[in-house]
Amino acid sequence: MEILLVIIIGLLYAAGIYMMLRRSLVKLIIGLILLGNGANLLIFLLGKIVKGEPPIIGSTEKMLGELYADPVPQALILTAIVISFGLQAFAIILIKRAYKVVKTDDLDEMNATDEDL
Amino acid sequence: MLTAVISGFIFALLIPFILGRLQSKSSLWVALLPLSLFGYFLSRISLVQQDGPIKVSYEWVPSIGINLDFYLDGLSLLFVLLISGVGTLVFVYTAAYLKGHPYLNRFYAYLSLFMASMLGLVLSDNIYTLFLFWELTSISSFFLIGFNNDSEASRKSALTALAITGFGGLFLLAAMVGLGHITDAYTISAMAPIAEMIKGHSLYGWVLLFLFLAAFTKSAQFPFHFWLPGAMKAPTPVSTYLHSATMVKAGVYLLARFTPILGNHEWWNGTLIAVGAITMVYAAVHALFRIDLKGILAYSTISALGILVFLIGLGTEEALLAASVFILVHALYKATLFLVTGIIDHETGTRDVTQLSGLRKVLLPVGIAALLAAVSNAGIPPSFGFVGKDLIYGATLGMGDLAWLFTLLAILTNVALLVAGFIAGIKPFIGKLPERYAAVHLPSPAMYVPPLILGTLGMLYGLFPGLLEAGLVQPAVSSLIGTTPDFHLQLWHGFNLILLLSVVTIGSGTGLYFLLKPSEKLLGKASRFERFSPETLITGFTVGFGLLAKGWTRFFQNGYLRYYLITILGFLSLLLGYRLFVGVELYIDTGLLSEITFYEAIVLLIMGVAIFFTVFSNSRLVAVASLGVVGYSFCLIFLFYSAPDLAMTQFSIDTLTVILFVLVLYNLPKYLKLSDNRVRIRDGLLSLIFGALISILALEVMNESVTKETTAYYAENAYILGKGKNVVNVILVDFRGFDTMVEITVLAIAAIGVFGLLKLHLRSTEKE
Repeated sequence: MEILLVIIIGLLYAAGIYMMLRRSLVKLIIGLILLGNGANLLIFLLGKIVKGEPPIIGSTEKMLGELYADPVPQALILTAIVISFGLQAFAIILIKRAYKVVKTDDLDEMNATDEDL
Repeated sequence: MLTAVISGFIFALLIPFILGRLQSKSSLWVALLPLSLFGYFLSRISLVQQDGPIKVSYEWVPSIGINLDFYLDGLSLLFVLLISGVGTLVFVYTAAYLKGHPYLNRFYAYLSLFMASMLGLVLSDNIYTLFLFWELTSISSFFLIGFNNDSEASRKSALTALAITGFGGLFLLAAMVGLGHITDAYTISAMAPIAEMIKGHSLYGWVLLFLFLAAFTKSAQFPFHFWLPGAMKAPTPVSTYLHSATMVKAGVYLLARFTPILGNHEWWNGTLIAVGAITMVYAAVHALFRIDLKGILAYSTISALGILVFLIGLGTEEALLAASVFILVHALYKATLFLVTGIIDHETGTRDVTQLSGLRKVLLPVGIAALLAAVSNAGIPPSFGFVGKDLIYGATLGMGDLAWLFTLLAILTNVALLVAGFIAGIKPFIGKLPERYAAVHLPSPAMYVPPLILGTLGMLYGLFPGLLEAGLVQPAVSSLIGTTPDFHLQLWHGFNLILLLSVVTIGSGTGLYFLLKPSEKLLGKASRFERFSPETLITGFTVGFGLLAKGWTRFFQNGYLRYYLITILGFLSLLLGYRLFVGVELYIDTGLLSEITFYEAIVLLIMGVAIFFTVFSNSRLVAVASLGVVGYSFCLIFLFYSAPDLAMTQFSIDTLTVILFVLVLYNLPKYLKLSDNRVRIRDGLLSLIFGALISILALEVMNESVTKETTAYYAENAYILGKGKNVVNVILVDFRGFDTMVEITVLAIAAIGVFGLLKLHLRSTEKE
């Protein structure tokens, strides 16, 4: 199973980078999201995947049992997901706004602050 | 002694405010500071004479050996008296020279800053504070040279001077660190007793090289000399003070200071003799071709500095004695000539020697001062210069086999210097007074008295050299050679070879003066050789380096995001690929893998297809919807592998993102295909390579065993310490609660940004 996940990670990275290399701003954001997802999955995988044992302490116990999914990568990923949402939301609105002002989403037409360029 | 050094800095801080407030007509009182310092150091002479060097120490940063250690011995005494003495006269002179100048207060502040730094430099015993004060003199010199900051030439000269001396300063630091490393000591006085050990050390050569670079840049030795003529853009008081009497001698001071420690070694003597000799002859000859008074003086100063370096290089007792005396001789006559030049410039508005003549009729006291200085410069008896020149010839004649060569070089230099001194000091005052200068009148006494004092002193010390012998020269020489020297300064030695040489010098110099008429034509001829001068080379190098840097920056900072990405990723791929290729044995431990189940495979397949559509779809809506599918597949993967919190978060975030996207979709432009196929293939290849590398990396990392200490800690303590059953939640809100709070802050900022962007109504002018 890990092999398949590893392939998906590679695919997500490749797709994310490919999209980031495009000239459209929208594609850039999509690329960022894909790349972020890839990174999350990579972290998740490196914490060793475990089936059916969420890191939740049973109602009668005081600590986790022998086998459990690693909570640390999960905490990291949770933070990452939320932060990247903040970034995405801001970026999407910014694109919208920028398009309203400069009437393009082509990065090559936006790389100077001066009008005549 | 600390007060003496610090007072200048405090003064520099306060003076702009005080002068600004007072609005008084005269700023002569400012000279009280250097005057009182001069008095203070005069009173130390007898103390040093009786009890030897005075040493005081204040702790500053003792843990790394940086302390305010001050050390007043004969050599320091010579310099502090020069600095405060000439300083006093320059302060007085400035009061008249820059009277009414809007930035006079600033000028005095820089000048005091410089004086304090210079005092600190020559009093420092600690090698790191030595460096600190050294740099401070460079910086204050930068401000003073660039004082006329509305002139481009002035700013450029200031930058050149700072670049050259700052460059040398870095080497001084290197030399000091090297010395500290060799000796494990931080004070110069502690190094003298172990001089032999230092000279035997393998780093000795490096220390020497760095020290020389520092001294040569500061003291304008060939090939770093060219900043000094440029520095003449400064107001004349600055040229007088910094660029003839004090700062440029800092390099000489450095060499003199380290003579007992590093000197008397063939590398030391050889280098200094060679560099000093080249500089003194090169600059003296150059001085003959100038027509700007300050240019003449600048080159003759460089030449004089060359003589000093040369003498220190000779290293014999006679040579060091000659150096000590010549420092004083030169300061007296060169400062006078500079001050005189300032007056001429101030009153007539030109410094061109071909224009000036007959000024004695209108500026008689100035002419007398200039004459005294020119006589001392020429070494005509009974001036102090004669005593100095005798000592120099005495030193070169005592050099054994090479005596004839050294003496010849010294004569050549002295002849050229004599002519330069006559051109600068006598020529403007003799002959017929041109009509246009008939109205020139004598400036205020504050301007012509200082050069008169200096010029007279130059004559007085010549007639009675004994005045200086016990108090100044003897302690200075003894701190150079380490023992009490046995000599007597005399004006008259009787008829001997040295006298003959002096007569030859004076005779041929005077002859040359009458033969040589400074003119534009001569200057033009000389400047034809400029192409080969170090200045041209270094300027060319600077320009070339600037172009290279610009090109380099343009290449990498081209303003296109994708090229940045390509550069970064390409480099990373090469590095990672190389490392994975050579350093890692690829293998997959099948025992560690979990089995593939049907439903998981289906989810991954869906994800793969969704990624494909996200990337290659021609419709933005499809792309965004596929992105949503990728996100929901993630939820399922998280669910399968025991991460319910992640699944929930991913689900809500993904939904929100898609909604946001769809909301703004309708007013975005058409989804354009902007790049051609070639570019797409290039990008695709790079992406695939990088993706593949990440996959391989992930596989490799999975083989490594992971330490689970942190995890175990959280697993054990989540309930016991955090009173929560969901370990992930406890980590987020309890163990790492602060991080989460900051994260919430970030989100809040993003939310404010989004809100602002949505609500912002641009005015029509701003829209464009």
